[in-house]
Amino acid sequence: MTVTMGEALNRALHDAMASDERVVVFGEDVGRLGGVFRVTDGLNAEFGEERCFDTPLAESGIVGTAVGMAMYGLRPVVEMQFDAFAYPAFEQITSHVAKMRNRTRGQLTLPLVIRIPYGGGIGGVEHHSDSSEAYYTHTPGLTVLTPGTVADAYSLMREAIELEDPVIFLEPKRRYWSKAEVNLPVRTEACRSAVIRRHGTDVTVIAYGSMIDTALDAAAVGADEGYDLEVVDLRSLAPFDTETVAASVRRTGRAVVVHEASTFGGYGAEVAARLSEECFHYLEAPILRVGGLDVPYPPPMLEEYHLPNVDRILDAVARLQWEDSSVVVGASRAGSAGGRAGR
Amino acid sequence: MTTLATHPAGMLDLVPLEEPACLINPDGSPSMALGLTMPDGGELVGLYRRLVAARRFDRQATTLTRQGRLAVYPSAGGQEACQVGAVLALHPEDWMFPTYRDTVAVVTRGIPPVEVLSLLRGEWHCGYDPKEWRTAPQCTPLATQALHAVGLATAARRAHEATAVLVFLGDGATSEGDANIAMNFAAVFDAPVVFFIQNNQYAISVPLSRQTKSPTLAHRAIGYGLPGYRVDGNDVVAVRAMVARLMDQARDGGGPAVVEAVTYRMEAHTNADDATRYRPPEEAESWIERDPLIRLETYLTNHGLLDQPRRDEIAAAAERFARSVRDAMSVDVVPDPAGLFAHVYEQPTPLLKAEAAWLAEELATASTEEVPS
Repeated sequence: MTVTMGEALNRALHDAMASDERVVVFGEDVGRLGGVFRVTDGLNAEFGEERCFDTPLAESGIVGTAVGMAMYGLRPVVEMQFDAFAYPAFEQITSHVAKMRNRTRGQLTLPLVIRIPYGGGIGGVEHHSDSSEAYYTHTPGLTVLTPGTVADAYSLMREAIELEDPVIFLEPKRRYWSKAEVNLPVRTEACRSAVIRRHGTDVTVIAYGSMIDTALDAAAVGADEGYDLEVVDLRSLAPFDTETVAASVRRTGRAVVVHEASTFGGYGAEVAARLSEECFHYLEAPILRVGGLDVPYPPPMLEEYHLPNVDRILDAVARLQWEDSSVVVGASRAGSAGGRAGR
Repeated sequence: MTTLATHPAGMLDLVPLEEPACLINPDGSPSMALGLTMPDGGELVGLYRRLVAARRFDRQATTLTRQGRLAVYPSAGGQEACQVGAVLALHPEDWMFPTYRDTVAVVTRGIPPVEVLSLLRGEWHCGYDPKEWRTAPQCTPLATQALHAVGLATAARRAHEATAVLVFLGDGATSEGDANIAMNFAAVFDAPVVFFIQNNQYAISVPLSRQTKSPTLAHRAIGYGLPGYRVDGNDVVAVRAMVARLMDQARDGGGPAVVEAVTYRMEAHTNADDATRYRPPEEAESWIERDPLIRLETYLTNHGLLDQPRRDEIAAAAERFARSVRDAMSVDVVPDPAGLFAHVYEQPTPLLKAEAAWLAEELATASTEEVPS
């Protein structure tokens, strides 16, 4: 059947609630409305007010009460309406959600999921398009997952709810309407592992979330230009699957990390550093990052200049010191549209 | 249909009495408080016993800090009646959410002091099992635990369990967003939770007048549609009766409530603080006449409930308790560094395994380098 990513997430929540009565879903507008992106559509009607409900409008309150509910044995799945609106909950997430297991030496665990629609590309006005993953991946104790495919949206959500550890579940909001042929329910690879979405021999393109489709598009265009790109979907940003990613980079000898978030101090910096440590002698070129500009997220009419795209990925690929290599390279991309020196 | 006209009357019902409820006056004479009754003599002596032990424990912890056995100790000196009275109002199935200043409360709950003091000794963040004692870890980020209390209380109510929740807050913490969010969530969800605010007049150095323009902290409850109460925080009998009544009410579906216990922090914020920089010594001295222990002792003596042999026996028991704390805390502990990695995730990640191996190797190298010549 054809399903969108939003529908797959909705079905995952539904199936989790049906199979485990400890699962409760709450947040802002998730009840009668079904969420501003309709990810919780129908849950209130089917499972009732005790299982899916609206709260007063306070993100810290939503996450903080989820902590207390999880302490009592429930498995809360809460929604932050948009990435930037999760910031009021930051203290609860970093000081309590991430640390409770550690503080109590495993006596209190918090099996809860914090869903955060994140990223741009939907023409949202300010505060509706942040990529906040690095704040969470920098916090030990959090598991940070993000699906790049419709099947993964379902499977990763089911697994996130089943984990005993708290999960930050980043939903690439511009892909909510992406369609795929998937028979639900579906279970894909284990959530902590990266997956190779396209096999290639020249360059490993490391991406996640909304950038999976963009990276695959780049690989398709790159093939016409003579580059055979391998695309790795991280799926789990924390923990990071070093093994799968490093194995790919050792095979190809080149790597590009792609994300929407601003480049400086971003998640790609950690990936690049780690792979340099793991694969230094296999690398033919420095690992390059293709990320957002280091500016506050732009207004809708300017966001296309901020976001990574096929051209910027292929520009980075072209800059991977092919002149010193025996690999047959494609055409120069110096004149391509959207190409920017130094990125 | 609910009409707007019903609201003003309902709100008027929420206005707290400004005079704190009191059952024993500072001079030891009996007092009356609406809805609160004086317990029998046996119970009063029991409260006295716990209060004496609490003060002795608090002084012992301060001494342990001076001896370097504790990294820091935020004293509950002067507030013992609040902490003892509130905790003794709890049922075993109730939960409590204490802060860093509520060590006396946590010890009064019955948790072994050596486990409680793990935090302040610097051994581990929480040394006791919160589930076993139905006591959350002592919370340092102000008011954040109030939301956990509301969430747990909501879950308990939905499970139709006879559990109510007591959350400890200080006067300063009421200015935090989470305190306000928690009271609002509790009201909206009708959570069986009691907000117990120990108003000890200071947030480190900042006086209450800098925290709020409300007539009292209990008045803050009106805005959430919650009843607010004031109690004399230096009257252990009144505190216990007030908290017990509100916890019973919450347990029976009567909803949440806010209590402001009016008290005074007799010591500095912690051993690292110097209170003379922000308040005159006369101020603290003026609170000595409202001391929680002396007033109960006077009442009991005047009513023939406490003679010298009994008083000596209670003092000796407190002394034995303090000695047991001192002895337990005088044992050197060496936390295992490998424990750093044990409880970050359910299963250690490859990264943590690698770091654990690296640390083990570093320690092994260090120990071979330390071989005596």
